[in-house]
Amino acid sequence: MLKCRTVWKKLAPLARSSSTVCRQNVRRAVLNNGRTPAQVPAAHMSTGPAGGGRENQLYALLVGAACLGGGIYAYRTVKGDQRRYEERLSEIASRPHRAAPQETLSEPEPLAAEAAETEVPAPEPEPQAEPSPEEPSPPAPEAEVVAPSETTEIPPGGDVAPVASKIPSHARYLLIGGGTASFAAARSIRARDPGARVLIVTDEPDLPYMRPPLSKELWFSDDPSVTETLRFKQWNGKERSIYFQPPSFYINPEELNSAENGGVAVLTGKKVVHMDVRGNKVKLDDDTEIAYDKCLIATGGVPRNLQVIERAGEEVMSKTTLFRKIEDFKLLDKVSRNIKSVTIIGGGFLGSELACALGRRSAESDLEVIQMFPEKGNMGKVLPEYLSNWTTEKVKKEGVKIISEALVKSVVAKDDKLEILLKDGRLVKTDHIVAAVGLEPNVDLAKSAGLEVDSDFGGYRVNAELQARSNIWVAGDAACFYDIRLGRRRVEHHDHAVVSGRLAGENMTGASKPYWHQSMFWSDLGPDVGYEAIGIVDSSLPTVGVFAKATAKDTPKAATEKSGTGIRSESETEDTAVSPVASSTPAPPTVGHKDDYGKGVIFYLRDKVVVGIILWNVFNRMPIARKIIKDGEEHADLNEVAKLFNIHED
Amino acid sequence: FSSFHTKGKDTIIFVTKEDHAAPSSAELVEEDPNDPYEERGLILPSGEINWNCPCLGGMASGPCGTAFKDAFSCFHYSKEEVKGSECMDQFRSMQECMQRFPELYPQEDDKVQQEKSETHEASQSSETAEMSGTDSAPAEDSNTTQCVVHGFLLPVS
Repeated sequence: MLKCRTVWKKLAPLARSSSTVCRQNVRRAVLNNGRTPAQVPAAHMSTGPAGGGRENQLYALLVGAACLGGGIYAYRTVKGDQRRYEERLSEIASRPHRAAPQETLSEPEPLAAEAAETEVPAPEPEPQAEPSPEEPSPPAPEAEVVAPSETTEIPPGGDVAPVASKIPSHARYLLIGGGTASFAAARSIRARDPGARVLIVTDEPDLPYMRPPLSKELWFSDDPSVTETLRFKQWNGKERSIYFQPPSFYINPEELNSAENGGVAVLTGKKVVHMDVRGNKVKLDDDTEIAYDKCLIATGGVPRNLQVIERAGEEVMSKTTLFRKIEDFKLLDKVSRNIKSVTIIGGGFLGSELACALGRRSAESDLEVIQMFPEKGNMGKVLPEYLSNWTTEKVKKEGVKIISEALVKSVVAKDDKLEILLKDGRLVKTDHIVAAVGLEPNVDLAKSAGLEVDSDFGGYRVNAELQARSNIWVAGDAACFYDIRLGRRRVEHHDHAVVSGRLAGENMTGASKPYWHQSMFWSDLGPDVGYEAIGIVDSSLPTVGVFAKATAKDTPKAATEKSGTGIRSESETEDTAVSPVASSTPAPPTVGHKDDYGKGVIFYLRDKVVVGIILWNVFNRMPIARKIIKDGEEHADLNEVAKLFNIHED
Repeated sequence: FSSFHTKGKDTIIFVTKEDHAAPSSAELVEEDPNDPYEERGLILPSGEINWNCPCLGGMASGPCGTAFKDAFSCFHYSKEEVKGSECMDQFRSMQECMQRFPELYPQEDDKVQQEKSETHEASQSSETAEMSGTDSAPAEDSNTTQCVVHGFLLPVS
């Protein structure tokens, strides 16, 4: 749209000036002609006096033709741009619609064979068949025609309901979307407003669950039934489910408005398709209307796909996973056991975590795991280059074949395999593709609700208190909000969903607080690389990394090896010195290479102020990092700031 | 100082333990205890209970949330010699409520307190998703909460 405007602006003065010239010339020509009426009275209509008159008119004709040509060109360009823009918009709009029918269709689809089992709409005592301990007793949150094609055998949410379940026509607190932000908001509302009645509407068949384990812990579980139970071991050794709460935590939607102490109800398998801001109500995909007092939009997003894959045809699409939800995890887990080669496209958090998870699995099977991305190294957009390169080497050690600086030109299905052709000519043959190339925030409701969408970051534009309009808040991946310290941004991390969901819930119950508590994020890539981060962590910013000179004790593995302090000296002045203590250790030190970034802290600077911090293999120091960001001070010596983290301690 | 070099816009410093032995000269801004925007622990500066504290997990928001709030409030404001002794009714109704939801509030007698603390930790770590603990303030409060929660659960079990 901007391009159209700029083109138009550029052409307009040109058109204007050329039309002025036209007009002036025509006037001049007419005047000239007019001055010679004495000579040829009746001839001023024709070409007039030969020579001068004809030339003028020819000139006028040429300029006129040029104006006309320019005008036509400008018109066509603007129209073409507009057409392209609308095509793009409709393409984006069609994507979630394409996904939606798969979820809300009640006919079995060829995709998941298991779908056949879930299609029985009769109120079977399904929960009993389920091994999971999260058995719903009578209060089972339901959805009418829920759990269609993509859920597997028995959704642990236990959401098969008696066929007729009524949807409340009014909800005091309506939360659109059933993910992390929504759940955090529900909890916050219930904590602050006694007896609050909260209705969560989600188009997924599952109750609210946490996403990070889907690309981390669940893959490392020893339990063979993990795809059913969806339980994982936390850092403290305790097991828990990815579901925030078991089904008994929630109440039935139809009981919501009559429950004495209120509660949280989840309406699954229903999509909000229209929002009437003036009337304070929404419409679902089955034409039901729900009026609300306060509404939260926490619709998250949809994984992006590569255009080359979208255009590559049905067979390629059927062998491509866009990883985000529980069913994607289940599918990938199953597929990865039956194929020989999998390729992950994307070098960010999700891509790298999945690559490491599958890479570790490849140690037991003969699965080839390839990861390709356009950057030079893993996390190339997050980590400074030296660290990105170092991390890439670690990922390779997890059994992953890395193809960096890879731009995909085309993908074709051939002989039951997929052939990925890169722009530089390299050809990669694989059985399955996992695309982890970003998230498209879901702003489907923007049009009907008349809400602003941010053109820089995507997502709904909201203020520092996460409010879009009166009575409408947005939280989580879909919210482009104003961060008082760091400026306008949109964050796609789990903790942000929790923090922003909580804040939205607080503000929906009258708190009027801005986004202030900075959220963090974390990632683990194999046994050597684990980091926590906070703030703006963009590799294009100047960075200062302070690393502990590695001693053999520092890596987790080396805890078992006691090679003491046999470190090869690194500073320039001691270049020629002989490694002093090493003589006592027979084995060469496992760490101590000059570029071993074992642990440390990395500061990201913007105008000399620290706006982001990564804690590299040091843990339990997030409060200090948060404080430094909050202060927003200019520190002359970042090494002094680094001292606050005690990186040499455990 | 062990080593300091730059790679373009990125600076890399390696430091030994000795380098970092001296206390830091970096100055941090003093905290305002009454900052209205800050995340609070279990007890707000006003003395009221922060029901939205992550340390409480789902206790205040679940199906027994109201009963829990009644019981805990009574205990918190109790001025009796044996704190909370006049709150037996509220505790009892909370207990009854929790017994109806064994999944959410595991009821095995010996393990009640231990399980509670684990549920708190689990909910806290799941809610904030950090490796361990969140802010220093709430972390301390969460320890106190567990003590407090254990404390007022003891007479009930």
